[in-house]
Amino acid sequence: MATTILKKPSTFYEVFTRKPDADKINTHYCPGCGHGKLHKLIAEAIEDLGIQDRVIIINPVGCSVFLYYYFDTGHIQVAHGRAPAVATGIKRVHPHSIVISYQGDGDLAAIGGNEILHAANRGEHITVFFVNNAIYGMTGGQMAPTTLPGMKTTTTPRGRDIHNEGYPLKMAELIATLEAPVYVERVALTDAKNMAKARKAVRKAIQIQVEGKGFAFVEALSACPTGWGMNPPDAERWINEVMTKYFPLGVFKDISDKVEPVKFERKILTPEDIKKAIGIDGGEITQVKKYQRNTVAEKYKNPKIKIAGFGGQGILLLGLVLTQAGMLEEYHVSWLPSYGPEMRGGTANCHVNISETEIASPLVSIPTVLIVMNRPSLEKFERTVKPGGIIFYDNSLIDIEPSRKDVEVVAVPATKIADDLGSTKVANMVMIGAYIGYTGILTKESVFDALDMMVKRKEFNELNRRAVEAGMKFVM
Amino acid sequence: MPKQLMKGNEAVVRGAILAGCRAFFGYPITPASEIAEAAALLMPEVGGVFIQAESEVAAINMLFGAASGGVRAMTASSSPGISLMQEGVSYAAGAELPMVIVDVMRGGPGLGNIAPEQGDYYQVVKGGGHGNYKVIVLAPNSVQEMCDLTYLAFDLAEKYRNPVYVLADGFIGQMVEPVEFPEPKLPQIDKTWCVDGTAETRHNLITSIYLAPEELEQHNLRLKEKYDRIKREEVRYEAYKVDDAELVLVGYGIVSRILKSVVDIMRGDGYKVGLLRPITLFPFPDEKIREIAKTAQVFLVVELSTGQMVDDVKLALNGMREVKFYGRCGGMVPSAEEIIEQVKSIFEELEKEIEHQK
Repeated sequence: MATTILKKPSTFYEVFTRKPDADKINTHYCPGCGHGKLHKLIAEAIEDLGIQDRVIIINPVGCSVFLYYYFDTGHIQVAHGRAPAVATGIKRVHPHSIVISYQGDGDLAAIGGNEILHAANRGEHITVFFVNNAIYGMTGGQMAPTTLPGMKTTTTPRGRDIHNEGYPLKMAELIATLEAPVYVERVALTDAKNMAKARKAVRKAIQIQVEGKGFAFVEALSACPTGWGMNPPDAERWINEVMTKYFPLGVFKDISDKVEPVKFERKILTPEDIKKAIGIDGGEITQVKKYQRNTVAEKYKNPKIKIAGFGGQGILLLGLVLTQAGMLEEYHVSWLPSYGPEMRGGTANCHVNISETEIASPLVSIPTVLIVMNRPSLEKFERTVKPGGIIFYDNSLIDIEPSRKDVEVVAVPATKIADDLGSTKVANMVMIGAYIGYTGILTKESVFDALDMMVKRKEFNELNRRAVEAGMKFVM
Repeated sequence: MPKQLMKGNEAVVRGAILAGCRAFFGYPITPASEIAEAAALLMPEVGGVFIQAESEVAAINMLFGAASGGVRAMTASSSPGISLMQEGVSYAAGAELPMVIVDVMRGGPGLGNIAPEQGDYYQVVKGGGHGNYKVIVLAPNSVQEMCDLTYLAFDLAEKYRNPVYVLADGFIGQMVEPVEFPEPKLPQIDKTWCVDGTAETRHNLITSIYLAPEELEQHNLRLKEKYDRIKREEVRYEAYKVDDAELVLVGYGIVSRILKSVVDIMRGDGYKVGLLRPITLFPFPDEKIREIAKTAQVFLVVELSTGQMVDDVKLALNGMREVKFYGRCGGMVPSAEEIIEQVKSIFEELEKEIEHQK
């Protein structure tokens, strides 16, 4: 064996100072373990490619949790199974880094099955080394998702029974079925011939990332003499003779010649660019304009408004336009919708406050103004209106009259007026007109400007304005 | 900058980007999805990253990765999604990674519903993951604060190298109010601890593993020291008309807005009522509560839960004063009038007691 330890690659620390025990020269791995072999291949590749400063290794949970003892590179130690997600995060924010995710079979194929599949499927520009030794080494020899049928482990004491535990997962084959991965190969860390192939595969998988080509995956069949209860030579023989029958070696996918390299470029923005990019540079805001408020009767001031109807009537927009117009007139405002499944069909309602003073609660449980556009809403909310309040209802749709005698009631045939204007859709605008016309709380000017700001489809502006005016005309 | 009308969930993303956040990892869930949607729209515009993860478990770990790179990064979810993220939060606290997590709480337990609730107080403030760790928790009660506290969260996360939550509820997330935005920040990466694929950070290690018991104990004690410093330096609250109050209402988030209405209405009728609103839930304003207790007779804690934060009020008072509780949950929200009834009955009890003592 002495011939194999000629020179330590410079990617390894000369002395393993992070290792807590007294021995700072040898690894913590058992004799004959495949991890050490794979570590060496990776270290050599990093050295040869001249990328040591750029490398960040994701340390998994399992025997290889201590990668950071050995590799003189950046390291992130992560939760069990989550290495590909963490690798995704770091690679996306630092695309020039070379991210190597190293996982065992329990980590990658069991608990982290979802993360590896999706990282591969997104084509993350990371290199994944998957150590398959068919067993849980760190926790003391339990079944892995890659344990062979009939193989005895501490949790399959009678041998893996495919009727109870299912079949070993062939991860290389599985990953190779996805569109995005660039290179997928399975190697064996055994004799010289297989080691030569493994060396080539490791190098290629990292090279693909260096070239900006995408996702590379190398599965390495690896000995666990301790877990298997074998001596190292027998363990290697067992890989070659038994394991490779179930997990055949070879390249399962290689499109590295065909894919175009991706160039990562960082956008540098000034503070002004940022404000513009997120729409807060004041571009569309017309607030420099001063609005002359109407004189409003005391009873209509500081309205707490509830607006209700069925989905599709533009109930939420009705509230938003009032809110925006109120803000333009420099009132304190708030808007609160019903949300979720309530909005997907059925009823919709929202709460609007327009106030001369700071708004404490944005919730309107006892409205001073109720605007209702269907019968269920009138029936539901009529009783909540504050005595002395006011109810606006669409009497072209609602075939009953409010029964309250202690509130003002204004019947507006909003839907009929809207139909006469040419579109049922603008009934909500007619209601706005009726409300502002009757109470004077907001001016036509601010409502028109609010409409310009809230309604993205400008072709509706003319009709919306006419509908607001028709509503005002009806009540005045 | 002029004010702009905006939904709470959308203000979060703008506050984050203005704070220099350039990576968002999330999984859709009502009522937090608008945060992911706004991030999907805006992050690429500012040269940032947006990924819709395969699960909340993946999202928090992607965030772990980005945070390891020293970049300001965040996620957002709602209650059941936060439950799934707890593993990652524990790891991030252990590895001392700065990150921002927004929780727009909904009804539970289990699938519960999507209506607003405050049932995540325990799992967020007390730390739902394993180990001795704390997270800073900020509780906005307006759209303005959805922006401002998210903006602040990134500074605190970096200052203490610790996860920071913005704990909101469905109402605050969905509500529209005017917002005034802060100025954009362009933070630099702190290379002393992060890994970013350069020679300067090559020797850095992000980890939460301390194999030797002595070392892990030291690590925990160091963390505790940090949490103690946070307790001393980062308490934030709003005290409203508490100086002469006989009864003090305590509530956070949307509830505090309702309670403010209660105070205003009841003060108009001559009741001496005040409001204490914790803005930081960890650190909790214990001292302020004890100070108020020197003059106030009784505390009424109101939550959208069956009683979670009330425990912290009781711990702060340690028997000094009586603590009453009123809660609604499952998406039910108390009206100001409903709470006024509660307050009035407490005042009646107090008077009876005084009569009895005479």
